[in-house]
Amino acid sequence: MRTELTEHRHEWLDDEAGPVVRPYTLTGGRVRPSTDGFDLVAYVLAKPDPDLAAYPELYPEHRLLVELAGRGTPVVELAADLDLAVGVVRVLLGDLLSRGLVAVHQPPRATYLPDNNILKAVVDGLRAL
Amino acid sequence: MDSVRYNGDQRGHRVPIALKILIAGGFGAGKTTLVSALSEVRPLQTEEILTGAGIDTDDVSGVEAKSTTTVAMDFGRITINDDLQLYLFGTPGQDRFWFLWDELAFGALGAVVLADTRRLADCFPSIDYFEQRGIPFVVGVNCFDDSRRFSLEAVRRALDLDPEVPMVLCDARDRQSGKTVLISLVEHVARHRGEPVPTA
Repeated sequence: MRTELTEHRHEWLDDEAGPVVRPYTLTGGRVRPSTDGFDLVAYVLAKPDPDLAAYPELYPEHRLLVELAGRGTPVVELAADLDLAVGVVRVLLGDLLSRGLVAVHQPPRATYLPDNNILKAVVDGLRAL
Repeated sequence: MDSVRYNGDQRGHRVPIALKILIAGGFGAGKTTLVSALSEVRPLQTEEILTGAGIDTDDVSGVEAKSTTTVAMDFGRITINDDLQLYLFGTPGQDRFWFLWDELAFGALGAVVLADTRRLADCFPSIDYFEQRGIPFVVGVNCFDDSRRFSLEAVRRALDLDPEVPMVLCDARDRQSGKTVLISLVEHVARHRGEPVPTA
């Protein structure tokens, strides 16, 4: 997937061409998502059986995001899978969220960070690894 | 409490809790190595765009044509169970990436600061960062083959560490050793919150 995407977006770029330097072209220049709050580890879950054909304005990257989010995937893994910068993925996710195509589940915040049972489960889990 | 934590969607999907742990330290202290040793998947990499720090307004006209650069972030994953995952993030090494640290640190469970005894001062900025923000951390003293062995007490004095901050000798290449460091962090977090994890 990585190669395919790279090829169709930047046919003339190879590994030696250096980094892609206009990452926000894909978002039409938008650098902020329509909704705040896509934490790096927020889980994105696609709506079941989304009717993507109803949204011809969406890019192939949007469609890939919906596909990848079908099983519930954190923002940072979506970005790594698509080989796109996190900032770009956030904007694209904002587009999907505003169309109701995905739901976002924020991680617990520091103020209610894991209770003792969760910390104990983490320690037990690590010991068992 | 956060109502979405255990909620599934209509299909009954359970959304796990994802906890962030930062792996910090100076350049070459073994951050990426530790993330690799602990991650259940090959360490993943993503990028953040370096315009973020400078953009404070919504007027972004022209940004689409602006040349910029990106900074790579290494991360790894440890699945504890169906409901719980740890995400380990190696912090970018340079000061100009501090804005990224803020994002990484937001809501993080805690941090591991890797110290290299050959260049102890390199981890001072990381320690300052977490101390100032009240983020619980432990110091992992990475034992390199060619490094002189210092006593933990000597390192603690040199780092001027608070006595309650745990220090652990570790080998960042070794998964078991890395696990020990993470366990000491989570136990420290629990003590920090006044609810010590009972020892098994």
